[in-house]
Amino acid sequence: MSATFVREQLVAPMEQPRSNVGTPAWLQQKLFGSVLNTVVTIISAVIFAALVWPAIRFMLIDAVWDGSSRVDCLAETVGRPVGACWPFIAAKFAQFMYGFYPAEEVWRINLTYAIGIVLLAPLLIPPVPYKVLNAILFFGVFPVVAFYLLIGGVFGLPHVETRVWGGLLVTLVITFAGIIGALPIGIVLALGRRSSLLLVRWFCVIFIEFWRGVPLITVLFFATYMLPFFLPEAWKLDPLARVLIGVILFAGAYMAEVVRGGLQAIPRGQYEAARALGLGYWKMMAFVVLPQALKLVIPGMVNSFIALFKDTTLVLIVAIFDLLGQLRASFADPNWATPVTLLTGFAFAGMIYFAISFAISRYALYVERRLSTGVAH
Amino acid sequence: MDNDPSKAAAPARDIRTTRNEIAVDMEGVNKWYGAFHVLRDVNLRVMRGDRIVICGPSGGGKSTLLRCINRIEEWQQGRVVVDGVELTEDLKSIDEVRREVGMVFQQFNLFPHLTVLENCALAPVWVRGMSRKEAEAIAHHYLERVRIPEQAAKYPAQLSGGQQQRVAIARALCMQPKIMLFDEPTSALDPEMVKEVLDTMVELAMDGMTMLVVSHEMGFARQVATRMVLMDAGQIIEVDEPGQFFTNPRHERTKAFLSQILH
Repeated sequence: MSATFVREQLVAPMEQPRSNVGTPAWLQQKLFGSVLNTVVTIISAVIFAALVWPAIRFMLIDAVWDGSSRVDCLAETVGRPVGACWPFIAAKFAQFMYGFYPAEEVWRINLTYAIGIVLLAPLLIPPVPYKVLNAILFFGVFPVVAFYLLIGGVFGLPHVETRVWGGLLVTLVITFAGIIGALPIGIVLALGRRSSLLLVRWFCVIFIEFWRGVPLITVLFFATYMLPFFLPEAWKLDPLARVLIGVILFAGAYMAEVVRGGLQAIPRGQYEAARALGLGYWKMMAFVVLPQALKLVIPGMVNSFIALFKDTTLVLIVAIFDLLGQLRASFADPNWATPVTLLTGFAFAGMIYFAISFAISRYALYVERRLSTGVAH
Repeated sequence: MDNDPSKAAAPARDIRTTRNEIAVDMEGVNKWYGAFHVLRDVNLRVMRGDRIVICGPSGGGKSTLLRCINRIEEWQQGRVVVDGVELTEDLKSIDEVRREVGMVFQQFNLFPHLTVLENCALAPVWVRGMSRKEAEAIAHHYLERVRIPEQAAKYPAQLSGGQQQRVAIARALCMQPKIMLFDEPTSALDPEMVKEVLDTMVELAMDGMTMLVVSHEMGFARQVATRMVLMDAGQIIEVDEPGQFFTNPRHERTKAFLSQILH
């Protein structure tokens, strides 16, 4: 070959080799591409079989579907090994969902859910217009409506004490309040932590580090049992409200750190361009910096929200009965005491927690993909 | 695209100037980054209609000087008066000046989450208080002027570097500024895109815009500058008419710099 070269004919694009296309090729490459890969595939298959098969047996094949008491779920009665005792769940379902909320008032909870879904669904579907109005309704108006619907005492609705609230209702109320409260607090704290005003910054740093340094269980305990000692009698808050405030401040501190991560990722040029155009601090933050920063931290925020959703189970420690608390309370019912009651209950709760968490995480993934179009840096 | 070379090569004497009002006045400006003295006794008076091109070795304080004019940077000593308003700690004076001074950055700094049109309309709406409709009309007008009206609905990431920089120019113009600052507007561009941005700037110059440009594009400088400034080590070394500056530089550093940049 000589040292100089001039191409005389241009190379036209060719089709890719056969071995590169189709399902067999994909399997070959992704699952059995190398010795290590093959070993990992086989081990995974074994673990999968070992976990999934017993689960299916327990929940479907060996499960008892009909019955009215513990007797129907005993191995002696059925005459074979017994899996899940679904009649137990059916019998306690209202409790798991609503706690001891008066049965004739349960429609108020369902109405609240319905309003929530009607407002949330269009908010989650990107092409639906009027997003700003929708967001105001969902984040601003809905909590107020939900509050009065659930508590009552107005418009002829009987008052329902939060003491009798329970089950999934309490789980959702705490999670929803936590999310709605934590986001604005988190944003304000994150901005404050990056403020050039020294005292504002110090306050935010101390606040964040305090709440991050304390376990949620301590926060709940303190809010419920200690706070009443320090506050005057007139300031006595509803026990659920005390817990909500504790959860909101706790989640807010974590949210602040998530948002701060997003703020730090915004290049200095964005701030400079906004300021050069004459935008003041709040407008710069609202229209230029935060939209980009919050978009960047969606995975982190969702992570926090899912963690919060699951952390609500800790309210059990202060005698508030969320889904899991209600479940455990129902285990004490002698009418349903069987060897499988506990497992059945946890399987049920696990499915609900998983379904909700998984849905949130999948939706967040979808949003993230959608938002990333057009912003590839 | 405007590729008419005769237009781009129009000689400087055709350019309208109104040389009786002071646009920018810097007096004895000193600035330190920590202990590092970045701006040293900077004195510069820019008249309305002036087009100042600032050049000099990197790290010489050119960008810093430019960024003091809309107080993106603060200084510790001296006075800067822009369009009759003295820039002070007072946020009011800063806001007032920023409304009248447009800036174009080396890295474009478009807002990636907004479309081209939204980028342009943002400040007119939220700073000038225009209605969205008015602001978008103005945005369309200036996008037309920088010759990319068809890109209005796109996001910045979908545009080439040259197009992005022209959008950045349009965005600044939408505030209808009296003074435009350009901080190395072509340094981050691929070579084939430099011309489209420079052409836009030349047209702006023809319209009599007061401009301060940090640039090493000496062809552009020769064509539009009313005065050249050479900065080095935080100081203004030489200020002169471009004819004199390029053919007969007086200071040793100017000579050395020009001999390196004009091969």
